[in-house]
Amino acid sequence: MASRKALAGLVAGAATAALLLTSCAAGGGDDSSNSIDGEVTGEVNFVTWRTDLIQDGTFDEYAAEFTKKYPDASVKFEGITDYEGEMRTRLSTTNYGDVLGIPNSVFPDQFADFFEPLGKTADLEADYRFLTPKSFDGTQYGIALGGNANGLIYNKDVFEQAGVTEIPKTHDDFLAALKAIGDKTDAIPLYTNYKDGWPLSQWSSNVGAVTGDPDAQNAMTQDDSPWTEGNDIYAIDQLIYDAVADGYTEDDPLTTNWEQSKVDFATGKIATMALGSWSISQMQAAATDAGLDPAVVGYMTFPATADDGTQYAVVGGDYSLGINKNSKVKAAAQAWIDFLIEDSGFTQTQGMVSPLLSEPLPDNLGGLAEEGVELIELTPPPAGEEALFNNIADGAQIDIWGSIYRQKLVDIARGAADGDFDSYIADLNARWADSRAQQG
Amino acid sequence: MQKLTPYLFIAAAVGLLLLLTYLPAANMLWYSLTDWDGLDLEKEFVGFENYVQVFTNPQIFGVFGVSLYYFVGSFAQMAIALYFAALLSYKTRFSNLFRGILFFPYLINGVAIGFVFLYLFQPGGTLDTVLGAIGFADTPQWLGDPAVANYSLAATSVWRYTGLNFVLFLGAIQSIPGELYEAADIDGANKWQQFWALTFPGIRRIIGLSFILAIAGALSVFEIPFIMTGGANGTSTFVIQTLQTAFVFRQVGLASAMAVVLLVIVLIVTFVQRRIFPDEKVDLA
Repeated sequence: MASRKALAGLVAGAATAALLLTSCAAGGGDDSSNSIDGEVTGEVNFVTWRTDLIQDGTFDEYAAEFTKKYPDASVKFEGITDYEGEMRTRLSTTNYGDVLGIPNSVFPDQFADFFEPLGKTADLEADYRFLTPKSFDGTQYGIALGGNANGLIYNKDVFEQAGVTEIPKTHDDFLAALKAIGDKTDAIPLYTNYKDGWPLSQWSSNVGAVTGDPDAQNAMTQDDSPWTEGNDIYAIDQLIYDAVADGYTEDDPLTTNWEQSKVDFATGKIATMALGSWSISQMQAAATDAGLDPAVVGYMTFPATADDGTQYAVVGGDYSLGINKNSKVKAAAQAWIDFLIEDSGFTQTQGMVSPLLSEPLPDNLGGLAEEGVELIELTPPPAGEEALFNNIADGAQIDIWGSIYRQKLVDIARGAADGDFDSYIADLNARWADSRAQQG
Repeated sequence: MQKLTPYLFIAAAVGLLLLLTYLPAANMLWYSLTDWDGLDLEKEFVGFENYVQVFTNPQIFGVFGVSLYYFVGSFAQMAIALYFAALLSYKTRFSNLFRGILFFPYLINGVAIGFVFLYLFQPGGTLDTVLGAIGFADTPQWLGDPAVANYSLAATSVWRYTGLNFVLFLGAIQSIPGELYEAADIDGANKWQQFWALTFPGIRRIIGLSFILAIAGALSVFEIPFIMTGGANGTSTFVIQTLQTAFVFRQVGLASAMAVVLLVIVLIVTFVQRRIFPDEKVDLA
């Protein structure tokens, strides 16, 4: 008959043992057959930012097809809503899935610490585009899962109602179009989506489209005053400032709502928004849901014409898929990446530009082709300076790919903060120059 | 074995406390002495450079001005809570119902409150409609107008936390012996005189505690402004800025230094408060 003390001790001991054992990682040694060229077996854990595709079952269909092709392998999905935020923290462990989108916060000189090399960039260049952002030292660490063009979406019906017959191609034409929309229709001419923040960062992807210079972003790292007339970022920020200052945006930016803006755009309450072409399919879906013709969604590039008289649009890759360096099923992971890009038809259904050079451009970018817009890809930064742009931006606390500095720009334009355009960009230039000096 | 029993009981709680609170705090102290960006496998030691930056960069300390709104709001909070606590400590009709209603907002999750008030403050939203019905047609933009935004957010915070102060004050008031009130009634004192002579001295310690919580809360306010405006339009607070420094600008070392500075400030404030309102027993007799 066990005494109560002994029983209590046994329970305590069992509990402690359970706690300790669960904290042990399922450790596995490194075996030489675990490389991306090995046998395609095992379960691949795909961590994705497309929670909507998990919910509507699209990814499950792809998983079923994948298992048909490779009977010994299977895929399971993990969807994360706050992708960038959560993945940053998970990268400091070894548990971040087998296949994942490489978060934007990882700098090129850190790729080798977290991701498996997928091959030499020079070899892959023959088949793929959008390789350069995830290449370091000649080795490729991620392949883009589709790409986007950058510019603005516009509602064709609202443009017609306002009498805007030609797509505006310059700063002044665009403001005139916004004025016509404001005067003749009830729609908000330009919706900034200030509250959610991230849509304001979409404007920055047009750097390079204004001047047609694929080196525009790299040039900013060599310039002490990138916000100077004639530069891309100056033109972009000036357009935003003028549109807000002239009253062509929403009344209360603090209460904008992204989800609602999709519906409002489709139903003609919003005329234009600056978003990548990834948004086209979402807007078309919103139009269909509202019982309207999805063809109402139009796409134009940033309203600027380069010195040579041509309009340009920047195309870039969306998230790039990489393989976890600590993955135990690397070959299956590689096979899944190839399947998604080549066999699944993902980029077609999503209306994105396929990373395969052999695939044609999607239909929804037809509008750009009609206007004679040329698509350009930004050139990679020179070797050794891959992280320089982001380091300078972070040091200056100017989030080019974030929303904080643009929200301040909008605040100044609408009179809610002190200063004017010139004083603000003088401050930005000063901080940029300081940070540049610190980076050495 | 018997002597060890109490320690075994608290072992789990202390273990979790060490693992989830003190260990990360110690780590944070270490990070504040490096220039880590949150991802690098190596952290480079830079000494007190981050702290120097915290104290010399005007942008960083400027946001404490926003905390003033919440601090003043907390005075309103304490006044409202004290008023209702005094009122409801007597046997009035439906006193339990009113106590429940006043405490309820504190139980709701802060994020939910943020979203609810976001809809309330929208142009043409609930607040505007109600004000329009009673005759105020020309309302400002509650969140869009930078002169008004901080007041709106502070008011939301007051709405949320009044319940907590109310319950603390109510408990303290009810701990005052009833005979003193009877004696005062016999002596002919009215309610107001009773409040100042009996109630107020009796709850001095709770008022002191609420004061500390108010200061610490105002300095580290985060949830309400973050959910409702994301810190934009001049509503950014110190903690929001720390978060942005760490995760938007990838300067985890600097952000850790900012967090440590905030901790030290709160500790200093607590220490000063303890000196001014020492924790002595109050004799009502």
